[in-house]
Amino acid sequence: MRAFRILGLWFGLFALLIAPAIQAAETSRPSPADSLSPAAPPAERWRPPTALSAEDQPNDNGHGIVLDWSLSADDAQLLSYEIWMARSAAAPESAWALAGFALRGSRTYSHQNEEASLKGKPNPIFVPRGTPTFFRVRGMADDGSISGWSDVASATARGNWFHKGRINVLLACLGLAGATLYFIRAARGGRKLYIRPIPGISAVDEAIGRATEMGRPILFVLGTGTAGDIATIAGYTVLSRVARKTAEYQTSLLVPVNEPVMMAMAQETVSQAYKQAGRPDLYRPESVFYISAMQFPYVAAVNGLMMREKTATNFYMGVFHAESLLLAEAGSVSGSIQISGTDQLSQIPFFVAATDYTLIGEELYAASAYLSQEPVLMGPLKAQDLIKVVIMAILVLGVIALTFSLTASDPAGIARIVSAVVHAV
Amino acid sequence: MKRQIPIALVFVAGLLLVIQFFVPHPASEFFFTFATDWIIVIGILALPIGIFSLLRNTYMKGRSDSKERIYSIATFAGFFLMVVSGLPSGSREAGSLHMKFFQNLLVPAQATLFSMLAFYIASAAYRAFRMRTLLAGVLLITAFVVMLRLIPLPEPLSTWNSELVRWILAVPNMAAKRAIIIGVALGAITYSMKILLGIETAYMGRD
Repeated sequence: MRAFRILGLWFGLFALLIAPAIQAAETSRPSPADSLSPAAPPAERWRPPTALSAEDQPNDNGHGIVLDWSLSADDAQLLSYEIWMARSAAAPESAWALAGFALRGSRTYSHQNEEASLKGKPNPIFVPRGTPTFFRVRGMADDGSISGWSDVASATARGNWFHKGRINVLLACLGLAGATLYFIRAARGGRKLYIRPIPGISAVDEAIGRATEMGRPILFVLGTGTAGDIATIAGYTVLSRVARKTAEYQTSLLVPVNEPVMMAMAQETVSQAYKQAGRPDLYRPESVFYISAMQFPYVAAVNGLMMREKTATNFYMGVFHAESLLLAEAGSVSGSIQISGTDQLSQIPFFVAATDYTLIGEELYAASAYLSQEPVLMGPLKAQDLIKVVIMAILVLGVIALTFSLTASDPAGIARIVSAVVHAV
Repeated sequence: MKRQIPIALVFVAGLLLVIQFFVPHPASEFFFTFATDWIIVIGILALPIGIFSLLRNTYMKGRSDSKERIYSIATFAGFFLMVVSGLPSGSREAGSLHMKFFQNLLVPAQATLFSMLAFYIASAAYRAFRMRTLLAGVLLITAFVVMLRLIPLPEPLSTWNSELVRWILAVPNMAAKRAIIIGVALGAITYSMKILLGIETAYMGRD
């Protein structure tokens, strides 16, 4: 009974004194929702970044602005800078949108956004073309405290008519074009141009002869690229040559393709080759046929063709992906002589391992010149070699500059190299 | 005329696309999008030609060769099954008959074929690593060293091997790759120039 009285006394004390105190403390503490609500702005403790300027981003399509500013005097205390944007300088606070962040110590930020709407709503950080966009920047520390706003700066994004960052590409292309035209002219003038023998191309005639002797068909695979790929177009050149030879030797030719446009082009190539060989009667349009645009159904069909038809020679010329080894190994199992060529770096090792001859990268492009031996076609190859010599010279110069810590601002560097060479001699 | 017009078209279209590469202006972007859209349109228009070729060849093989007939029937059945099941609206949604065929027949069949690559890599590696010449020997030893990295070796062998493999991949391997890449880039540019100038016309079926 006494225990109940003591318990009742405690409850009474709790109800009268402690519970109201706890309630008061609860109401004075901000709730998590309050701390996240915009009504409680973060403390503004740091000095703002200054001298904000904005200008159109160069070399773009007119949806980019570049910002520059001077660091906040409290930059070391900050975590990052927030970049906000709006459609006018006098826009209300709610109309400003966070466009991005820049780490502390950053003095510049490039904002590019081409999406006018997001999920059906206007995109607040879209940069319109030809209309001023307004920016302001503030710093933010890791505890959530912020700096004051910088001044507002504005710029109008405009589309540019020339990409200045690609001048080096333009100069390199012009140099290569000039060298190409020079060597074509030299070749037309009767100058003899030497091309080193490429075993894979030299073996083409031998491989066709083997198929003729064995009385079995030749398989020509143009890869799983598209008709617009350079490697595929180079593949047509070899196909033209192979088709002419098969017409002369009256050997069967099979060209399975994975794209209807490629099929139409391959049919035209083979048809013309048969006409040039003087045997248009031997051409069968069904020898160039479409299988599937999907990679593995195409491989399954071609592998089945190799096994059933027992093709004597397989050519793989064009763009290849994961199917390269599947095709080449199936051809190897069926006992065919195989010649491959691709510009896909990742597939070259598979072809080297699984086929008898491989045209590595640029050798595929050189095939047309090598097969035809026409001086006009050899000219570009010589131009290519010339540019390679120039690139090699640049690489050697770069190695020397790195070895001797040579920089553009160090004119004594060359003297140091010369003295090192003299000393070594 | 029949010869000159296609070459002129190739030259003009090619030159415009080369210029487009150096012009980031919206007008240039529009032209590029327009041109690539046309490529898609041409591809779609050519699709019936491809389907006709597939069906005709399958029919002719099945008719002329009794051994091939079963494959021809399977091809026709697969083709019409997918086309007919894909016709109703909503056939691309999960759970539809069309998607069931796709997920339960085509995808496993493709995965099976792709997984055969593992066996083919083993057989190709066996041929590549036969030490017949000095270079093949170098390849074999290098490959052995690189593959050792995947095996937990005791220290300090593990550290030495990791350092050696890192050097092999970053220096001789990278040098060879970059040489091929530079060669391919130069070759592609010169080959494109040959096409633009009308020197290379084999892809049009001409010599």
